[in-house]
Amino acid sequence: MEITCIACPLGCAIKVTLEGGKVVDIQGATCKRGEEYAKLECLSPKRMVTSTVTLIGSPLRRLPIKTEHPIPKSKVMDVARALLGVEINAPVSIGDIVAENICDTGVNMVATRHALAISTKNEAIN
Amino acid sequence: MYDVAIVGAGVIGASVARELSRYAIKAVVLEKDSDVAMGSSKANSGLVHAGYDPVPGTLKAKYNMLGRQMFDELASQLDFPFKQNGALVIIKNEADLPALERLMVRGVTNGLRNLRIVRNNELHDLEPNLHSDACAAMLAPSAGITSPYEMVIALCENAAQNGTEFMLDCRVEGVSKEEDHFCIQTTRGIVKARIVVNAAGVHSDEINNMLSAHKMTIVPRRGEYCLLDKSEGAMVKHTIFQLPTKMGKGVLVTPTADGNLLLGPTSHDIDDKDDVSTTKDGLDEVLTQSATLLKHLPTSKIITSFSGLRSWHEEDEFIIEEAPDVPGLVNLCGIDSPGLTAAPAIGLTAAEMVVKRLGAVKKDDFEPNRKGIRPFQSMTAEQRKAAIAENPDYGQIICRCESVSKAEIIAALRSPLGVNSLDAIKRRTRAGMGRCQGGFCWMRLLHIVADECGINLMEVTKSGGQSNVLVNPNKSGFAKHTGGPADEKS
Amino acid sequence: MKKVDIVIIGGGPAGLAAALGAKDAGIENIIILEREQYLGGILNQCIHNGFGLHVFKEELTGPEYAARYEERVKQAKIPYLLNTMVLDITRDKKVMAVNRDGLLEIKAEAVILAMGCRERPRGAINIPGRRPVGIYAAGTAQKFVNIDGFVPGKEVVVLGSGDIGLIMARRMTFEGAAVKAVVELMPYSGGLKRNIVQCLDDFGIPLKLSHTVTQIKGGERLTGVTIARVDENLKPIPGTEEDISCDTLLLSVGLIPDNELSRNAGIALSNITGGPVVDESLQTSVEGIFACGNTLHVHDLVDFVSAESEQAGKNAAEYVRGKRPRPDGGITLSTKGGVRYAVPASIDPGNVSDKIDIRFRVSNVFKNRYVAVYFDDTRLKRHRRLILTPGEMETLTLTKAEFEKYPDARSITIALEE
Repeated sequence: MEITCIACPLGCAIKVTLEGGKVVDIQGATCKRGEEYAKLECLSPKRMVTSTVTLIGSPLRRLPIKTEHPIPKSKVMDVARALLGVEINAPVSIGDIVAENICDTGVNMVATRHALAISTKNEAIN
Repeated sequence: MYDVAIVGAGVIGASVARELSRYAIKAVVLEKDSDVAMGSSKANSGLVHAGYDPVPGTLKAKYNMLGRQMFDELASQLDFPFKQNGALVIIKNEADLPALERLMVRGVTNGLRNLRIVRNNELHDLEPNLHSDACAAMLAPSAGITSPYEMVIALCENAAQNGTEFMLDCRVEGVSKEEDHFCIQTTRGIVKARIVVNAAGVHSDEINNMLSAHKMTIVPRRGEYCLLDKSEGAMVKHTIFQLPTKMGKGVLVTPTADGNLLLGPTSHDIDDKDDVSTTKDGLDEVLTQSATLLKHLPTSKIITSFSGLRSWHEEDEFIIEEAPDVPGLVNLCGIDSPGLTAAPAIGLTAAEMVVKRLGAVKKDDFEPNRKGIRPFQSMTAEQRKAAIAENPDYGQIICRCESVSKAEIIAALRSPLGVNSLDAIKRRTRAGMGRCQGGFCWMRLLHIVADECGINLMEVTKSGGQSNVLVNPNKSGFAKHTGGPADEKS
Repeated sequence: MKKVDIVIIGGGPAGLAAALGAKDAGIENIIILEREQYLGGILNQCIHNGFGLHVFKEELTGPEYAARYEERVKQAKIPYLLNTMVLDITRDKKVMAVNRDGLLEIKAEAVILAMGCRERPRGAINIPGRRPVGIYAAGTAQKFVNIDGFVPGKEVVVLGSGDIGLIMARRMTFEGAAVKAVVELMPYSGGLKRNIVQCLDDFGIPLKLSHTVTQIKGGERLTGVTIARVDENLKPIPGTEEDISCDTLLLSVGLIPDNELSRNAGIALSNITGGPVVDESLQTSVEGIFACGNTLHVHDLVDFVSAESEQAGKNAAEYVRGKRPRPDGGITLSTKGGVRYAVPASIDPGNVSDKIDIRFRVSNVFKNRYVAVYFDDTRLKRHRRLILTPGEMETLTLTKAEFEKYPDARSITIALEE
């Protein structure tokens, strides 16, 4: 499996050989960090997912959110689709759970911004 | 039934409309685009020519001189920018001096009294950033600069104030002559009028050819420009020309009425009357030629480039006449340079033709003055304080580059012609016209337009028609419908 | 006229850190002027993660990073005004600002410039063609999508592979649009490897290096672009054109420090960085006016903005308290051999307490080079680096002890060596 290392700007092309789900050989890494990254990226690649959901009753119109932890890379687009139509009411604080166990990853999506509630529309300033 | 329908809301149609609005007649302006000044009138050099260039005895010479004389009063009545900055036609070779002197003689013949040749040191004292090879120039002190689209907007708003109707997004698709009137088929239905004023710019041949047996061809001659940041606006004080050639006045360098530096235009005949693309070759030509006029060309300060089409007629002359075989069709065609300068005078002449045919009389209540939107940027501190105290929207800056306040945006949306696109707002307030080209203010503008006009954010357009800025809510591309909303339920 | 010790122009990451730095150094009478309706600046629309690894030793999103500084500023009870636009700054440190309550005139002992930067628009790169709707600076589109929740189109091409371009390629994909390609003029990307892998490779988005957009097509709306390969002089090669249909073109073609206010105040600006020329205190050519963050030079990591700005705040505080005399010349700092610029431009060793960080960028991708520091003609030290790229800002530290070794030095040079 070919991996482009992201540990530094060198971007080494690392070749990882797997046998029976186990790493048996790593070629092309220039450093230890690169080897570790390549191993992980082959066995269980994970990504953080960030996005926004509709926010109701706040001067802010969108609430930014993130997965609390990285999730399997294969689930990333599922999460993007699952957020279609999700709405949340203000007030919200950073860390509040917006979607539990998103796409059965066992990971929650949480707010990454505080959003106060407003009573009138006038408070929203363009 | 209208007394007169003016086809085209460029500077010619606008000038005619404003002159006619002095009279007790029912007039309508038909404009194919979503705003006025959308054709040649929005994309040209903005120059008010002194009048040394046209061949003596031509209509171009006559109307250039007449039009120029009307500018000072017109600009002050209608509150649009006009500055007499003077023009310099430079030469870099002593051998060209006779040609320069011939140009001066032409100017004198046309009636200019204050032309003179300036040499070496005096020239470089006048313009320190001029290319060091420039050895002499003809100085034409009466040349000026204006904002062509602000001028058209001002003319149209004044006409509207005085009762002229404007139909925007109204393209003429056919015209027929009935017994005592014209029947005009438009994208907004049939319009009937006793007289048609053909001020359709590059499309004016098509209007003529729908009615007259004397067929006409207007060639779109494209000019490309580069606009530089206001930080470079003081690079030159005068408009700097090269010696004219038969294709026109060549690439020039000029400050604009708004304080930017403008380079251009090229001059190339094309086939497509809607093709206002810029081209790599064209922009390269603008930069190469401009570089011969200045010591240093700060190309990194270019903020935008654009192109416009001039309406060129093969006789290289204005057509200002009633079509010989179609009584009531007033043709104003082939109005290329110095058309902007000539426009007020052409408007006057055309209005006289119309009035004579209709036997119309002047109104008592014609209001010759029109106030533009008061810019926050040009107010003194005291004026700013007062303006904000009266209307807090003046204290909310929407466009950071040009310091345009929310109050000005709202004034543009409530202005007489009923426009609401971002480009229309830009031409009226300069919001989005600065160095960041809307990067900062567009989202703010979208909200203000949506709120003020009571429309959805996604309905706001850049320039009318289908030019909506925001296309979809986030993630709607994932919605699983193929044939319409009904599918979502099943 | 209101009188304050320090006025800070901008409440983004630079302004907030500068305010905290000044407050820590004992200045109470501070005000932050922010034109948005919230503090935190551009971080609020940078909803992706990757911020804070240096400052907080954990990975945060932009809004989270901003919120931490906002909380600290509120805890420190530092006054700030929102929805307030600064109109003018003068050499004698009078600041004129405006908001819905009226005009605000402030006389300050010191001013800290923290206005950030703006994106280069289309005109700056002079792409020929039509001017349809659908062409946006990547950051403008980021605001549409992340702050307001609307996408400007369905099929996207990105020109420029700086980090904002890469991040927006991923964001548009997440929001249901199809990103057709990221087109990069240079033979290398200006973005982080991590972003190339996680924003492009993960979604199969092609990165077209040594390519550029040569034509814009469409009438009212963008309908497509033509791209072409470029030669070593970055000129399009005829015959390599390729048409891509799209309704959106996002431009990520560079950032320009925002310095219109600085220019009006007569502050000397660098032709290379676009920011003010500063000394070791981050003080500009106008005494008592300091600059930090992206107004000074464009950074790639907000953590470094915070560090630099906190220092600017401390320095301004010392200046106000008379403890930081304006240097009389100082040692000139210059660059050569692939180092494009370095900040500051001069150093007065007398104002260096124990060490000073020098930030610099290189002009190309260099592998296996030494970064060398010379005091006059003598090499002080050099460090070997496996790789240096234009997209990553570098830091080099000089200590008080090193300055003391060369008390008569007139110039310092930073150079790359084989």
